[in-house]
Amino acid sequence: MQNPLIFLLAFSGGFSIMGIQLLGGRILAPYFGSSVHVWGSIITVFMLALSIGYLLGGRLSLHNPSLKRFGIIFVLAGATLLPLIYFTTDILDWVFINIEDSRYGSLVASTILFLIPTIILGMISPYSIRLLVTHQDKSGQIAGLLYFVSTMGSALGTLLTSFYLVLWFEVNQILFSLCGLLVVLGAIAWGYQQFFLRKSPEVMVHG
Amino acid sequence: MDSVNRNHSKWVFTALTSLLLLMPTVGVAKVIKEQRSLYRNIFVEDKKNIRCLKFSVKRRVSSQSCIDKQDPNRLVFDYTKFVFTGLLVTPNPEKVLIIGLGGGTLSNSLQMLFPDIQVDNIEIDPAVVDVAREYFDFKESENIRTFNQDGRIFIKRAAMKKQQYDLIILDAFNGEYIPEHLLTREFLQETKSLLTDNGVVVANTFSSSLLYHHETATYHDVFGDFYSVAKGNNSGNRIILAGKHLPDEGTILNRVKDWQEPLQQLDIDLKYTASLIERQEYQESSYRVLTDQYSPANLLQ
Repeated sequence: MQNPLIFLLAFSGGFSIMGIQLLGGRILAPYFGSSVHVWGSIITVFMLALSIGYLLGGRLSLHNPSLKRFGIIFVLAGATLLPLIYFTTDILDWVFINIEDSRYGSLVASTILFLIPTIILGMISPYSIRLLVTHQDKSGQIAGLLYFVSTMGSALGTLLTSFYLVLWFEVNQILFSLCGLLVVLGAIAWGYQQFFLRKSPEVMVHG
Repeated sequence: MDSVNRNHSKWVFTALTSLLLLMPTVGVAKVIKEQRSLYRNIFVEDKKNIRCLKFSVKRRVSSQSCIDKQDPNRLVFDYTKFVFTGLLVTPNPEKVLIIGLGGGTLSNSLQMLFPDIQVDNIEIDPAVVDVAREYFDFKESENIRTFNQDGRIFIKRAAMKKQQYDLIILDAFNGEYIPEHLLTREFLQETKSLLTDNGVVVANTFSSSLLYHHETATYHDVFGDFYSVAKGNNSGNRIILAGKHLPDEGTILNRVKDWQEPLQQLDIDLKYTASLIERQEYQESSYRVLTDQYSPANLLQ
């Protein structure tokens, strides 16, 4: 049960990253337009955040890796999406007033809005691999499988968001759902270890 | 042999010359300028005396703006003629904002009618501005300015600076890809905030497709009642006239006689155009209002 749960979480992490990125274009358009430089800003910030997230996730996995901690990453990711729902207008107004050039405006706005949640979402992949790998000789295969699953999540997140979700829901409704999804999955991971695994974390991971 | 040959070449010569002479009347379209910009492919095409600015996205080509080279004042497109019904709502505009330049036809026509008018033209694509200057005799001066910017950004900044316009023309849709952030309630509210008390927003919108209903709901939400100008067959363009305080139909029709003659030089039959004006009363709609939060305009086409 534990491994499928980790894969499900990794899938949802990938789904959320691309869902948020696409909504990012929507969120910035009223202030900076939807030209290629706005997308350039968004993608730059996401790539930067993911690279930092991979590094931090890998580092974090060195210290008592457990499903509980993995779950906490998700809850945090969900929580850091909340400012995106509640303070976006204030933040964007502030950037718009202070920066005239829409290239740097969109870059600064993307950084403020998306850097932190995306860093946290980036921690998921390396941490998942740490939880899944039991033997060194299979580590490459497991990493491959994990990337397959999480990137499939990204593909589906992109497709669903751009084809259907924006047609049915408001931006904030979609963000709120993603936030809820991440928090609930994180809580499930935390609870799974709390209530179903009575072994020590270290044994659990290798068991 | 020799004479046959000579006859033959004479015949070919005659045929070629007559073909050349016939060409302009047959009306072969000739592309005289082709430019790729960040946003689209731009063509300038001459066909007889009509010169058109065309955009192409993928394989579909759409005419954006046309002029008659022999009669440069004449407006070629119906929808550009409809735009001038805005003068029935706001008869003497002093400050004008135009979102979407095209060939600069609207700006030029307004200058001709009102020599002292101030126009701010907003065009996102610098290549379009270049082509308008070079091929469409787009006239600029101290009073006629051009800003290379996204329309939404210009309007937001203008609203912050509390600028006011008597006439705002929204003409940024080319029928291919719709800039979705220029079709939302928040955008229209920002636009409305730039209007003088008796000013008018003239918007070139779609008269077919599902989007029509969403657009109607959105304009109703921001402006309440508005007027529309369109040909009855529900194809092509619909012009929306909206404002803070719109005059009633009687006042509008009374003004036709003042403008009938001046507008003839633009080839506008105002009596006819005014007969197409219809009041769109505010009503509850089952179609969702487009907002910054919900703006899938391109999916609703």
